[in-house]
Amino acid sequence: MHLFILKRLLIAPFLLAIFSVIAFVLIQAPPGDFLTSYIAELAQGGTSIGQEQIEALRQQYGLDRPTYVQYFVWVGNLLQGDLGTSFEWRRSNAELIGERLTLTLTMTTISLIFTWAIAIPAGIISAVRQYSGIDYVITVLNYIGLATPNFLLALLIMWFAFDQFGVTVTGLFSPEYVAAPWSLARVADMMSRIWLPALVLAVAGTAEVARVVRANLLDELDRPYTEMARAKGLPEWRLVLKYPTRVAIAPVISTLGWYIPRLLSGGLVVSVVMSLPTIGPLLLRSLIGQDMYLAGTIILLYSVLTIVGTLLSDILLALLDPRIRTA
Amino acid sequence: MSHAATDPATAAPSTSHDDRGNQVYVAPGWKLTWLRFKKHRLALVFLWLIGLITIVATIPAFFATMEPDDSRAARAFRPPQVIRIVHDGRLTLPFVYAAESARNPRTLKLEWTVDRETRLPVRMFVKGFKYELFGFIPVDRHFVGIPPAYEGSTVHFLGTDRLGRDQWSRLMFGTQTSLSIGLVAVAISTLLGILLGGISGYYGGLVDNVIQRIIEILQSLPPIPIWLALSAALPRTWSVTTVYFAITVILALLGWTRLAREVRGRFLSLREEDFVSAARLVGASKMRIIFSHMVPSFMSHIIAAVTLAIPLMILNETFLSFLGLGMRPPAISWGVMLQEAQNLQSVVNAPWLMIPGLFVILTVLALNIIGDGLRDAADPYAN
Amino acid sequence: MQPTPTQTNDAKPMNEDRGDVVLSVRNLKTHFSTDDGVVKAVDGVTFNLHQGEVLGVVGESGCGKSITMKSVMQLVGKPGRIVDGQILFKRNRDGTNTEEVDIAKLRTNGKKIREIRGGDIALIPQEPMASFSPLHSIGSQIVEAVMLHQDVSKQEAKRIAIEKLNEVGMPSAEQRFDAYSWQLSGGLRQRAIIALALACNPSILIADEPTTAIDVTTQAQILELLKRLQREHGSSILFITHDLGVIAQLADHVVVMYLGRVMEQGAVSDVFSHPRHPYTRALLASIPSLHSEPRIELPTVAGGIPHPLQRPNGCPFHPRCPDAIPGTCDVAMPKLLDVEQSKVACFLHHDEAEEADA
Repeated sequence: MHLFILKRLLIAPFLLAIFSVIAFVLIQAPPGDFLTSYIAELAQGGTSIGQEQIEALRQQYGLDRPTYVQYFVWVGNLLQGDLGTSFEWRRSNAELIGERLTLTLTMTTISLIFTWAIAIPAGIISAVRQYSGIDYVITVLNYIGLATPNFLLALLIMWFAFDQFGVTVTGLFSPEYVAAPWSLARVADMMSRIWLPALVLAVAGTAEVARVVRANLLDELDRPYTEMARAKGLPEWRLVLKYPTRVAIAPVISTLGWYIPRLLSGGLVVSVVMSLPTIGPLLLRSLIGQDMYLAGTIILLYSVLTIVGTLLSDILLALLDPRIRTA
Repeated sequence: MSHAATDPATAAPSTSHDDRGNQVYVAPGWKLTWLRFKKHRLALVFLWLIGLITIVATIPAFFATMEPDDSRAARAFRPPQVIRIVHDGRLTLPFVYAAESARNPRTLKLEWTVDRETRLPVRMFVKGFKYELFGFIPVDRHFVGIPPAYEGSTVHFLGTDRLGRDQWSRLMFGTQTSLSIGLVAVAISTLLGILLGGISGYYGGLVDNVIQRIIEILQSLPPIPIWLALSAALPRTWSVTTVYFAITVILALLGWTRLAREVRGRFLSLREEDFVSAARLVGASKMRIIFSHMVPSFMSHIIAAVTLAIPLMILNETFLSFLGLGMRPPAISWGVMLQEAQNLQSVVNAPWLMIPGLFVILTVLALNIIGDGLRDAADPYAN
Repeated sequence: MQPTPTQTNDAKPMNEDRGDVVLSVRNLKTHFSTDDGVVKAVDGVTFNLHQGEVLGVVGESGCGKSITMKSVMQLVGKPGRIVDGQILFKRNRDGTNTEEVDIAKLRTNGKKIREIRGGDIALIPQEPMASFSPLHSIGSQIVEAVMLHQDVSKQEAKRIAIEKLNEVGMPSAEQRFDAYSWQLSGGLRQRAIIALALACNPSILIADEPTTAIDVTTQAQILELLKRLQREHGSSILFITHDLGVIAQLADHVVVMYLGRVMEQGAVSDVFSHPRHPYTRALLASIPSLHSEPRIELPTVAGGIPHPLQRPNGCPFHPRCPDAIPGTCDVAMPKLLDVEQSKVACFLHHDEAEEADA
């Protein structure tokens, strides 16, 4: 197993290199560059800018060099720990990302926890009490959860909260904490508001996981070892949770890491709708505005999180399943 | 039992007797799947629903009451008009009440009140705006609407948006776009998926390894940023149709990996199956083995997987357009319509703008249930 | 020609030297309610298991022998349930207090049957590897069984487990304790599962086709092992199989089942040398023998088991019976009655029919 982890860690840099190329290519794909959209924006606002100035800006931002040179400049900087500067915000990318990173990570982690905590028991109950009332309810909820786009859910919840309770659930902080420095109270405030978007985000994943757990467990409940456990005299719930459940959940655990890109993506949409200061909206703006280094860095960051996530879930799987450990 | 079912694709339906003297019916694999599917009553109900939605998608103009781009500021933000059959306590033919608008002096918002004096009859197969059925048959009849005698009044079953456009009509046209994008995107990714998955699974070795790594990389990429970036790359000057196809390709680009993995898995296990070895021993060529023997045996599974992939594509297109990066006006899709309901403000003003979302949910729900039913029916070992 | 049928009360043992009855199955009926109808998997089965004997239950696939076994342990899951009959078990915990329990009346998965399962009646299942959890070591699963029914500490339980592994002939028992079932060879897995069954010194062992999944050599070893264990512990074994040869080797008594009913039962020595029921005769005749004529067609039992929802009227075997009496065998079901030293349910040997079911 240690060999297995080592192999994954060794491959990681290569994967990241490939991702960085992909990310860079994507960002450069739209015609023009940051300056073209910036100038267009200025023009719309009524300001115009002389040709000399444009050239000067181009040089300053390094946008006059060929694409591959720009790429290597970027990668070179990255390897030295310099995340670059945002063209649009004129601040260091590290700062911009940093202040939103905690929120993004918190939201993603809480979503993951919600997914596990709700989906696994739901799937188990559904399988053990197959065709019963509760199974029916859970199945229906699963279908609806899968079918509802998360931004729509966010909108509905926001509307409902406002319509019925006059409460606005946008934003991540109550007005008094928005610009305040970090404190325990601010953390508490954030926690009290972040659970809702995290929950909305978790809905689709939860539905999917619950269905998979249910299907897997239904298979395992028919297996000889389940019957043998019963024949030994074990109480029903105890044997179900100890034996077939563990086998049924193992494949689900291993795919949990793959949920991270989806959670990050979904988080983007939900954040846009609910006006949350996470990384997602930042990425959206930077992509549209071709704020090159910022967008590239964020995409790379997402990829890193995914690689870490899948590695962790694979390790977890190996811990759970001795067949993989000793392979 | 009978032995005729080893190669399900080529077995013809027939009656025979097994060695116990029981009469048995033999049918090709897909027919058995269909018979099993029919037992799922819920799935059948939703199949009808999808059928209806598909009809709407094929001839949206017939179901629309107005031109979808017909905008007039005076009609903005009208609430939905409910079809009634009771007036003054008496049963009548279907109609809607007209509405009057007045500007609220304090909030300056346009407010609508129901005018219970004026009734507008609602009839079926009325004459309305002209359109071309299937692109070449000139027609002017519509499924439902107000008779032409009431020129000047308009009916809005689902209200209007901020430009005064009829939501019901736009919804009909949006259905066509959203559903077809889903289908086309899935078609492309299915082709890619089967091809690459099949090659990967059948040949194994280095080819398999390379394709698997590619799949892994593609799956590790967060889909939304990729789509966003690609969509943002589409020049604003492209026509609606070009954008349409570009979006389908973009969606398919990351979508084929799922199917490819499944196909590969099946090929890997099928490779060892006896009937494949038999074909090989008889001297069949590799291509023939793949297409005449292996593929038919899991055709039902592929159909099930495809049916389950369509709703995903629909969801993806919907939120891409919602963010303004998918289909763009003047194109109409569910996502484009939902863009009007992008924030709390709009939603509070006109909650009926979220109704396209209901269609999304229903369609995705229906396709999921049907897909599940097909998947269960295709698996002979399911209970 | 036909011997006079003797009326027998099933409660009294047939032969005095068979020892006490530990398990008495009386008119057991286990039915399954499916979407297509009621499947009467076990439809009136009666037999006794005596102390210290090996009773073989034999029959074709689908005859109901497995369901009978499962019913004895109340392991029949939905949509099946025991609808009639009794399963009287003479429970003998602690050596002195005996109680008679009607297992058929116990609540499935209730406290009482869970005490009996594993503790008094243990199962040796058909697929040893699949019957161990793939994620837990075999040792831990044996320890679990021990601690479930005996009040001992974990270390003591481990000691007992290793002792049992040794007893079944598992080489390097202490190391193998931590092994997983999929790491063991076929024969060792079989031994491991037997060790699990023996963990709490049960009075009855139910072996469900334990030799089906292994090769002939290993089969011989396992049968030897079972014989030895039975002798040493004095346990009674209920042995389910379709292999007549194994019955001949291991069993004292045999019950021949067909389509949910008992066709014939008696001492192996008697039934195998003087089969009375046409089905038993056909089964025995179909065993290839070293001594039979070469190059003749191997006799088979004609036809196949009918679809469970299309049971024949009267005697279940009559459509395939070469000696069926038209007008009798296709109308009524023959009772299981004593005929000489065995019990037979066949109109060729007596006239008594079962009362028709509602």
